[in-house]
Amino acid sequence: MKIAISSGKGGTGKTTVASNLASYLADSMPVALIDLDVEEPNSGIFFKHELVHTEVKYKNVPDWLQDKCVPCDICKDVCNFNAIIRLGDQIIPFPQLCHSCYACVELCPEKALVMRQERIGVLNHYNENNLDFIESILDIGTEQPVPLISQTIKYTDNAINNDILKIYDTPPGTSCPVIEATKNVDLVLLVTEPTPFGLHDLKLSIEAMKELGRPIAVIINRYGIGNDETEKHCKDENIEIIAKIPNLRKIAELYSNGTIIYNKVDQFRIELDKVVNYIREHLK
Amino acid sequence: MKEIVIISGKGGTGKTSLTSSFTMLSGNDLIAADCDVDAPDMHLLLKPDLAKSYEFYSGELAVIDYDKCTSCGICMEVCRFDAFSIIDDLYKISKINCEGCAYCSYVCPEKAIEMVTQNVGKWYISNIKSGSQMVHAHLNVGAENSGKLVAKVKNEARRIAKETDKKYILVDGSPGIGCPVISSLTGADFVVIVTEPTASGIHDLKRVNDLVKRFNIKCSGIINKCDINPAACREIEDYFTAEGIHHLVSLSYDENFTKAMTEGKTIVEYDNGELYNKINNAWENITDLLQTKGESQ
Repeated sequence: MKIAISSGKGGTGKTTVASNLASYLADSMPVALIDLDVEEPNSGIFFKHELVHTEVKYKNVPDWLQDKCVPCDICKDVCNFNAIIRLGDQIIPFPQLCHSCYACVELCPEKALVMRQERIGVLNHYNENNLDFIESILDIGTEQPVPLISQTIKYTDNAINNDILKIYDTPPGTSCPVIEATKNVDLVLLVTEPTPFGLHDLKLSIEAMKELGRPIAVIINRYGIGNDETEKHCKDENIEIIAKIPNLRKIAELYSNGTIIYNKVDQFRIELDKVVNYIREHLK
Repeated sequence: MKEIVIISGKGGTGKTSLTSSFTMLSGNDLIAADCDVDAPDMHLLLKPDLAKSYEFYSGELAVIDYDKCTSCGICMEVCRFDAFSIIDDLYKISKINCEGCAYCSYVCPEKAIEMVTQNVGKWYISNIKSGSQMVHAHLNVGAENSGKLVAKVKNEARRIAKETDKKYILVDGSPGIGCPVISSLTGADFVVIVTEPTASGIHDLKRVNDLVKRFNIKCSGIINKCDINPAACREIEDYFTAEGIHHLVSLSYDENFTKAMTEGKTIVEYDNGELYNKINNAWENITDLLQTKGESQ
């Protein structure tokens, strides 16, 4: 089973929920936490585990072999992303724009383009007892996070047994990185805060997850601030709110130090229990 | 005309609340641009009237014409994105998986696959309550090319600012370091990074600053919720000094951020005490720094 912890708005507590949930569950069962927020991965801050595997990740982009090229423009014409231009008799590929579709390489009649690997980031796999933690970190300046997200999911599917619960910490938002991270999960838990910004972005997330056909439930974080519009909206939309994490300064302080919270703040653990129970029900 | 971009790396640091406040403080001197097209929230505080709205088309998806399709399967063979499946003997394309590369369309012997341009969202030019204008957008859920929509919003803001002779463009960026952020930073004159004294906040600050450095743009920082962790706050201050990031202001955790938001107001409309003064000073600081930069050139 795969569960994504997601949100429309950033900073609502995705990582807080994901890291504590994984840590809490690992007290009693094997679990894997995968940080797919590759632009700004933060789950790792909460774990000081042993690194068991690390690998550099690449995407495939075309390289031009000048001596083989008989400029015919097919490569340039088939590229739908303007990632290849021609200047005189020079063909220039732009790796940042390339989506690795292989059309230019495979359709070149002279085989004058070949795929090479372009580094996009690094994947780390840590383990401690019941908990596997896998994160990927996008290289600074790399524009597209999606290939790294999809490769991280593939790595996890191979490295972690199918029976083990996998928790994805996703990027914020509703565009392509989030879709990549949630499109194949069994359940999406949307973390929000009860404010106008939180609600507005929650609505976008709900819409996106409906489009993907993913089952959803909501966790309200920093409960007590803002207003009750989020609760009303979820009720109207028939979406279950499975936990309300109170707005406590103690939680914010522990989080700020990169500390796991559930074993230090009872009110937090009580809400996390509700999440665990909901997941157990869903697992059946 | 100077372009100021507000980013944070980490989400939820108070970026939009501060951008909206600066927009109010500058009145008619500034065009605002909400480039967090993934989760735009500035409109909730600035009350745009959506005076002009435009469709945004970008990217393509492959669509099969079944009158022409002979189910030869070449499309599925060339697709690198697992977009094809066979359901009831028919080749189907997953809208979610299709990358829009058009490889299938190009190689289909029956010319049975058409690439259809996607309507990925809307963008608007609005009058806002500061007396000025704002360019903003709404990206359809799951849409790609948010970087291109960011570029569109920024270019329109630039055009209007030029035509109406504004001093500033103020851009609310998105979290992260990927394509929408890179698009927000392109062509900017000044960056404000809003951060918070948490382990995550510092981690993300460093990554986003490493990105900003590649653009060679003058950079400044605001530490929000500074009292949550004084030690982490000092660490950020030291980092600012070491990196030459101009420290604009530190703000304590203040429920007025949320209270103002809940009333649909910017902080500077809601609070006229210390918080107002600090934000006002920060804005004056930004405009002074831009001034100095202009004179030194």
